[in-house]
Amino acid sequence: MTETAKNTDLTKKQALVQYAAQIGDNGLIIGHRMSEWCFKAPSIEMEMALMNSALDLIGQARELYTYAGVAGGEGKTEDDFAYLRDEEDFRNLLLAEMPNGDWGDTIVRLFFMSAYNKLFYTALAKSTDKELAAIGEKSLKEVTYHLRFSSEWLIRLGDGTEESHNRVQKSIDNLWAFTGELFTMNEVENILLDDGISVDVTSLRPAWDKIVSDVLTQATLVKPQNDWAQLGGKSEGRHTEYMGYIIAEMQYMQRRYPGCEW
Amino acid sequence: MYGDTSIQKPIEIVEPTSKEMAKLEELFQQKIEDDIKIEPQEWMPEAYRKTLVRQMSQHAHSEVIGMQPEGNWITRAPSLRRKVILLAKVQDEGGHGLYIYSAAETLGTSRAEMIEQLQTGKAKYSSIFNYPALTWADMGTIGWLVDGAAITNQVALSRCSYGPYSRAMIRICKEESFHQRQGYELLLSLSRGTQEQKEMLQESVNRFWWPSLMMFGPNDSDSPHSAQSMKWKIKRKSNDQLRQEFVDATVPQADFLGITLPDPDLKWNEERGHYDYGDIDWEEFNNVVKGNGPCNKQRVANHVKAHEEGAWVREAAAAYAEKQQKKQVA
Repeated sequence: MTETAKNTDLTKKQALVQYAAQIGDNGLIIGHRMSEWCFKAPSIEMEMALMNSALDLIGQARELYTYAGVAGGEGKTEDDFAYLRDEEDFRNLLLAEMPNGDWGDTIVRLFFMSAYNKLFYTALAKSTDKELAAIGEKSLKEVTYHLRFSSEWLIRLGDGTEESHNRVQKSIDNLWAFTGELFTMNEVENILLDDGISVDVTSLRPAWDKIVSDVLTQATLVKPQNDWAQLGGKSEGRHTEYMGYIIAEMQYMQRRYPGCEW
Repeated sequence: MYGDTSIQKPIEIVEPTSKEMAKLEELFQQKIEDDIKIEPQEWMPEAYRKTLVRQMSQHAHSEVIGMQPEGNWITRAPSLRRKVILLAKVQDEGGHGLYIYSAAETLGTSRAEMIEQLQTGKAKYSSIFNYPALTWADMGTIGWLVDGAAITNQVALSRCSYGPYSRAMIRICKEESFHQRQGYELLLSLSRGTQEQKEMLQESVNRFWWPSLMMFGPNDSDSPHSAQSMKWKIKRKSNDQLRQEFVDATVPQADFLGITLPDPDLKWNEERGHYDYGDIDWEEFNNVVKGNGPCNKQRVANHVKAHEEGAWVREAAAAYAEKQQKKQVA
């Protein structure tokens, strides 16, 4: 094996590790946000639905991190990825880290993300990497439910009272700028694309637009016209101001008591 | 205890006002004696109904308020495995709350009424949740001691005379015993860990031991109105009986963890076949019940805040449902 070929292999391996981890990052960070709703939701039923989705999403992150650890071959565990990387190492979509805001903000964030996740995991289930394909297939069932749950709520809020309509329209307008990033490719995705390992997320946009348009129409809400996209999380690990607090809170115990078993 | 209402004023027992009424009460009491469950549609004395509504709503409120101290640590859980276990546990507590609210609604009081009573302070919840969850070890201690104390009571309650409550308890006990084991397992990890982890464990148990014993309510000698509940088989064992069962079961578990329980009088009594334990500080208990615990105001304020901030959402859901109904009719 030539030196060049070896380097390419290494790069692909590293890319796979990073790829699995960054998909996991999306689950962990939005799951973290949703878990923040504990004892704050408008009803116990709604709270339990969010907690349940948080469990699914964090569960997805665990599988993806575990696989990233195995693929890396350095004995890294799921917790190494969650607790011992710095903010800039996380490559989640900025949308995932946006604050919970009110119920409408949370529903819109979950809706945009779940519509994406449904398409993404459908495609990932066909990945040439068997492990990723299996994770994709399992996660698909979960995110399909999240999409149904968030769509139903979006319609309820949009077509509920004047107040709920106005509030949720504002949520859509505010979060819209973070949806463009969903369909951008980063370096590791490009490296893994030719081998059929990664998903070409640019191709998901038309189907995503259709899901969103259909639900917004039913909800009597308007799709924003401004398509300017806020980027940075996925491509460079350059996050919003909110992210540092998530990391500080989440990693507090591991940083304060390094090397412990819990 | 979640459902121990001795912290509230007793419900007045009214003597039967007619022969017919006296007969009904006699038949009712006979069913109780024969261990036949009382079901929602059946006749029952008003005081029995009121006692149950109060006890069950207090129990449901305890489950829901109990989500707060544990919810305080979900985002800071030290491993992903512990995080999902905690999330699932808190979700279970919410489920228990819903389940018991529904069981209580069979007695004719709506959940909205019960929640209003909680928020205005008319209804109570278990005082244990007025203590803060300050360290990660508290997530284990709450499972081990608080859920452990709750199970001791709830196993007895699963034989309670009111059908829906009894059945709810049977189901809930299964999940609670799982929680208790999880809590204990968390503490075992700490006990096998570093010096700092061991200290965290001991400090947490020091804080929770006495409040856990208080969960069973006042001594039998100071709990005069539990007699009626015993006669109705709403309550099957006395406060002191249950407390003793809990202490007896817990001391060996503490030994296994290699920790000390913060009671110099705690020792095995060969003659009684039970552990003796020291006097409970009832002044502290009464203070916390009266609202002077570390977290009373915070717990209720959080509940009120979530409820008020969610009002527009509930209104929207109701308005939407109404629109849909109209569409269907049209």
